[in-house]
Amino acid sequence: MNREKYIELRQVTKTYGNITAVDDFSLNVYEGDIYGFLGPNGAGKSTCIRMMLSLVRPSSGYINMFGYDIRTHKNKVLRNIGALIERPDFYDYLPARKNLEILSRISKIKNPDKKISELLELVGLSERADSKVKTYSQGMKQRLGIAQSLLHDPKLIILDEPANGLDPQGQKEIRELIKTINRDKGITVLLSSHILSEIEEIANRMVIINKGRSEVEGDVNELLNQGDMVVTFEVREVEKALSLIRQTSWANKLENNQKTGEIILKIERNEIPQITHYLSHNEVDVYGIKPVRSLENYFLKITQHG
Amino acid sequence: MGNLIRIELFKIFSKGRTYIGFAAIALIVVTIQIGIYFEGREILDFAIQHLKENFVFEGNLINAYLITHIILNSLFIHIPFLIALVTGDLLAGEANSGTFRLLLTRPVSRTKLLTSKFISGWIYTMSLLIFMLILSLGVGLAIFGTGDLIVLKSTINIFSSDDVLWRFASAYGFGIITMTAVAALSFMLSAFSDNSIGPIIGTVAIIIGITVISTIGFTLMEPVNPYLFTNYLTSWKLFFEHDINTVELTRAIIVELTYIVVFLGTTFVYFNRKDILS
Repeated sequence: MNREKYIELRQVTKTYGNITAVDDFSLNVYEGDIYGFLGPNGAGKSTCIRMMLSLVRPSSGYINMFGYDIRTHKNKVLRNIGALIERPDFYDYLPARKNLEILSRISKIKNPDKKISELLELVGLSERADSKVKTYSQGMKQRLGIAQSLLHDPKLIILDEPANGLDPQGQKEIRELIKTINRDKGITVLLSSHILSEIEEIANRMVIINKGRSEVEGDVNELLNQGDMVVTFEVREVEKALSLIRQTSWANKLENNQKTGEIILKIERNEIPQITHYLSHNEVDVYGIKPVRSLENYFLKITQHG
Repeated sequence: MGNLIRIELFKIFSKGRTYIGFAAIALIVVTIQIGIYFEGREILDFAIQHLKENFVFEGNLINAYLITHIILNSLFIHIPFLIALVTGDLLAGEANSGTFRLLLTRPVSRTKLLTSKFISGWIYTMSLLIFMLILSLGVGLAIFGTGDLIVLKSTINIFSSDDVLWRFASAYGFGIITMTAVAALSFMLSAFSDNSIGPIIGTVAIIIGITVISTIGFTLMEPVNPYLFTNYLTSWKLFFEHDINTVELTRAIIVELTYIVVFLGTTFVYFNRKDILS
């Protein structure tokens, strides 16, 4: 099926003085996607998102949304987008319902009351709709942030780290909410996150951004399962295990950074049972196996080293 | 546009700080009125004691017009601060609270948003001045009644009661222009800042700073003084002369209007190009 391209960033660069926040970055989001925008903190995700929403002007490059150039058709583009960027900030001296009313009127939504009630119901805030936002927990604000992004029935919502600052239960609820919005309302989602597992759980396509540059883009499953895995075998007799491995063709697959009580190999998934069997057969007990996919390993490295 | 202005006015009047201005004006006006009610006669006698040797003063001299004039004198110093309290927050407040992201990701142009914000700030400014007028003149009329207006300067000007109202109307009209310049200044500073404290203090500091420098009378400042908007903040007093200096008045209006255009022009150009990072 030919899907419409909703977002196209082509060779986009943004500099602030001498600092390059986004460097020659490209990205493509298609209709129906839950698109994971993954990168460590400070990688340039929020800057990219701000450029997509016309909050920040790119220094160079091309941004096309729904077939329109964002620079020349800003309002046409924004009519089709809902967004929650970084923190879910509101007029906290006003109740949630009043905040949504204000935003509805700016977006010129006709008869917004029904829509507002529906959305408050969807995000589970109906009972607190008339409480001032300053009395809300972080999780409630995040949910209200998602509600406001859906006010004008957008084709696409852009959520910038929507689970930030939430406890695991709150994160799970937000993820479920995003899946529901995508599945039931047919809304395309661009989800930025610095947590790979979050993207893996809900996104179908993804890009990894690091230091403002696009590292890899594609189907989430394909990206995660391609290439070798880094597998840690937890064993009792490490020296014996290493000696055994060195006698085989796996010797050149040993990683350099071996740890106490573990041997680490960069192998393919189907080699895990073979090695386990080989070690056991030679009377080396294997207590645990921790496979880390190459992309996961790569992402861990860039997260740890910036 | 009307829709946006209504929203902005709703936001302005939903904030507690908006009412600080009204409360401050009420406090000062009522205090002055109470003070004059009890001690006005003694104060006026003291002020005109040397004139009493040569002139006879008749009628109700402690009246609403005198009080309104005194309040105008005292409050035109404070009003800029009260205006900046709200107009300095119009843009910086949104940046500080992060709500610009909510507004500017809606299909509305920045120019429209800025226009609606400034008009709302201007309406607030007008409402402050009207509130001051109603409180000083309206309440003054009810308590003190009417009479001739004595204006004490280096000379003494006396205006008959039927020659006063148009002067107050004109003074307030001029006041609206000068206070619009103040609002435009703090609005511009608000666009430059992501925190409301800066524009509020900045506005007051600029007004006080320039006023002090030009009042000291440095020779260096003499060529510049006629073009400083702060020098005309009290030019409403021109309306309380028997022969109004229309040349000076026209210059004052042109200078104030020029500053309004420059401040607003700068704000619109700057904000339309500004990256929203807050």
